Amino acid sequence: MNKVKTGIGRRSFIKNVAVAGGGLIIGFNWLACQRAAEEGSEEMAMQMPDEWFELNGYLKVGDNGVVTIYSPNPEIGQNVKTSMPMIVAEELDVDWNNVIVEQAPLNTDIFTRQLAGGSQSIRQGWQSLRTAGATARQMLLTAAASEMDVPVSELSVEKGIIKHAGSDKSVSYGEIAKAAAKLEVPQEVELKNKADFKIIGTSRRNVDAKKIVTGQPLFGLDTYRDGMLTAMVVQPPAFGMVLKSLDAEAAKDMPGITDVFTISTYPEDMEKEWSDVAAFNNLVVVVGESTWQVMQARKKLNIEWDLNAELTKEIEILEKSAGMEDATGLESTEIHTRLLTEVGPRKAEVVRKDGDPEKAFKNAAKVIERSYTCPFLAHNCMEPMNFFADVRKDKAELFGPIQTPEFAENSISKRLGLAPEQIDIQMSRMGGGFGRRLYGHFLIEAAVISQKMGKPVKLVYTREDDMTNGVYRPAYHAQYRAALDANNNLVAFHVKAGGIPESPLFANRFPAGAIDNYLAESWTVDSNITFGAFRAPRSNFIAGAENSFLDELAEEMGKDPIQFRLDMLKRAETNPVGEENDYDPSRYAGVLKLVRDEASWEKEQSPVSRGVSAYYCHNTYVAQVLDMSLKNNQPIIEKVTCAVDCGIVVNPDAAKNMVEGGTIDGIGHALYSEMTFEDGVPLKSNFHNYRLIRHQEAPKKIDTHFVKNGIDPTGLGEPPFPPVQGALANALYKATGRRFYNQPFIKELQNEVPTELKT
Amino acid sequence: MAEFNVNINGKDFDIDADPTTPLLWVLRDHLKLVGTKYGCGIAQCGACTVHFNGAAVRSCQLPISAAAGAKITTIEGLSEHGDHPVQQAWLEVDVPQCGYCQAGQIMSASALLNQNPSPSDEEIENAMSGNICRCGTYVRIKEAIKKAANTQLS
Repeated sequence: MNKVKTGIGRRSFIKNVAVAGGGLIIGFNWLACQRAAEEGSEEMAMQMPDEWFELNGYLKVGDNGVVTIYSPNPEIGQNVKTSMPMIVAEELDVDWNNVIVEQAPLNTDIFTRQLAGGSQSIRQGWQSLRTAGATARQMLLTAAASEMDVPVSELSVEKGIIKHAGSDKSVSYGEIAKAAAKLEVPQEVELKNKADFKIIGTSRRNVDAKKIVTGQPLFGLDTYRDGMLTAMVVQPPAFGMVLKSLDAEAAKDMPGITDVFTISTYPEDMEKEWSDVAAFNNLVVVVGESTWQVMQARKKLNIEWDLNAELTKEIEILEKSAGMEDATGLESTEIHTRLLTEVGPRKAEVVRKDGDPEKAFKNAAKVIERSYTCPFLAHNCMEPMNFFADVRKDKAELFGPIQTPEFAENSISKRLGLAPEQIDIQMSRMGGGFGRRLYGHFLIEAAVISQKMGKPVKLVYTREDDMTNGVYRPAYHAQYRAALDANNNLVAFHVKAGGIPESPLFANRFPAGAIDNYLAESWTVDSNITFGAFRAPRSNFIAGAENSFLDELAEEMGKDPIQFRLDMLKRAETNPVGEENDYDPSRYAGVLKLVRDEASWEKEQSPVSRGVSAYYCHNTYVAQVLDMSLKNNQPIIEKVTCAVDCGIVVNPDAAKNMVEGGTIDGIGHALYSEMTFEDGVPLKSNFHNYRLIRHQEAPKKIDTHFVKNGIDPTGLGEPPFPPVQGALANALYKATGRRFYNQPFIKELQNEVPTELKT
Repeated sequence: MAEFNVNINGKDFDIDADPTTPLLWVLRDHLKLVGTKYGCGIAQCGACTVHFNGAAVRSCQLPISAAAGAKITTIEGLSEHGDHPVQQAWLEVDVPQCGYCQAGQIMSASALLNQNPSPSDEEIENAMSGNICRCGTYVRIKEAIKKAANTQLS
């Protein structure tokens, strides 16, 4: 057993009591009743209690033993709404079949880090979720001991039934909950031994699955309230442009239209949060009774747009530096390519240097140099950006898809001039997040519109609005060099990476630490195109680039690509270079060995072509082997074998689902997806011209294997995405005899890429 | 505005709407049947798939005037208790991640199995390639369709 401070003080307890009114939650839970009424026989069997007793902010126990567990973090499809409550239920020792899960409200007094990002929900929630369950368990045990008049140490619990060892006395959680709720919250509790886990490590189905497959309202876009109006915004057509004038007369005359006006999302004097990213600040707003009516009225708007000289000036200077004579400051993909390959790298600054790389390169028998690029990407959550807001004089109610509710609350507070206590933000299930919904400008827009209208409003982005709104994955470039001596030994390694407008470099990740002479340089180039975190930020490019280069390097050195990496990792483990290395070489090697064994790497695989890759990001290690063939120049992904070390796997089947999804998403984006620009205008606006991987292009099979090591768990939302791009590039090489350097690879594969981009 | 009589999930509704209004927005805005999702509005993603006299169609491209008189089935009406073999298979395989596209996937899959009770892998891939899932649940979707096909055949 390990004792932990609960950190669940009277404060959070009392706060709940205050909300609930007197320590008891009187027995009505609309959501739970609704669920029981709507769902199938399994759920119907779960009778709702007459009374609920809240033991801490994470859970309440009904008088019949049914337990409601609040899932603290936003659910974007990473399945935390199932896995986080599983952790609470484990320490509580309750029957999972008696658990109801509800999305917790934003409440930073009770919950920590109510944010979906960085694959951190499970890793950073692990301790507090366990503690919440264990604390409630201890209170229930203490109350039971008191009632039975026996020492707590003689009690045991199984599935919510407390039993006394020395007699036949027993009491259920439901029977003792009322007494337990009156106790002081213990300051210290014991957590289970991991070997005793009964729920963690077993597969439990998605708690919302029944609602999903029957089409029940779950998502922000599904929100409909009495008197609610629908709003849409109109944004400038190009990055670097602003609203000049609006003639709304014709639009206002359209059927069902309530009003047309302009808003400023973030006033100049407003102090912004990091999550307040918006490409376009001044927007035209159309408000009406229904979605279709608003869509029609938008077509009747007469709007003039203007160059935003303040924004475009800097870009114009950049463009001129790239030799563009008719520079306008409105960006194009053509100029991005030149900035990435020519202008940017000249600005590089040293971030890490080990040994004497310059000398090693000078004395090298052979130098290999390769460059890699990727385009901007739009997130394309299947549920477009939207939010419901009902803003009144003294309060604001907001409901919808947001990955950063806490930061959004701060922003809303500043923007509306309301105190945080007057703001109620509720998180809906999200139709994808991928980082896009970290940036809650749409929530502010909804609130400002509702405030102006004095009515509840649902703001809806069309797919086109969503896709052309910026906050993209940046375009990146990475140049790798390796120096080999006369005996083909690797003696120096150099990476120079940058992007528009962010660098993808992680200077302290592998192979840093494994090579005596190492140089890492980084650069950035400004842009008016807004960028944001996109599933595995930065890693989502550099992992593929690095693993492609390592593959080519291994081949040049006559080594097996897995053994080549293992040899370097051995060096990093036994005699590391530098002290800042940001990975555990033995865990890194662990996933490579596991994937080697599970994919039978050493056996001849023809007729399929295979590639391997491995990466560490977001605290999790992933290695993948991809098998493919080509049919009419179209890649057929036969199979991907994945080896993953995320420590303890909380919900194994759901974890596999995440690995499968990340793998498919990673392949899809590397192979097919890109956002391009001309004169500041995003050239892809919907799925007819923005290509996302589709069913027939997906791998036929994905095999996932987890390292079993009992280490505290880390996340899975992002880590499977980056490395598979390298495995894909390396398999494409085996299939075609050509190396692939520029994403999306399909263009090079089908010869659509300009030759000057080819290395 | 005009009035249209549409049969949705076995019930007749009189809908007062502009004739160009897509069925998608009638379902969502007028009838609050929100299981049918908006994803692209141009019949490219499949999130809005419903059955039109039994065939899978994209409701974002079907004006209400063209839906009048037809039998429309949405995800809410696919089965009375959410126990259609495709829905059951989806639960057993635990397909969804974010879940947003899944109603459309299920409607496409159930229409496929109506026409072809025992589809090959290739037939599944072809039939399902109009439905995008950004979470990448395609492998499980295929598994669930095969499971549902087996259930229906046995």
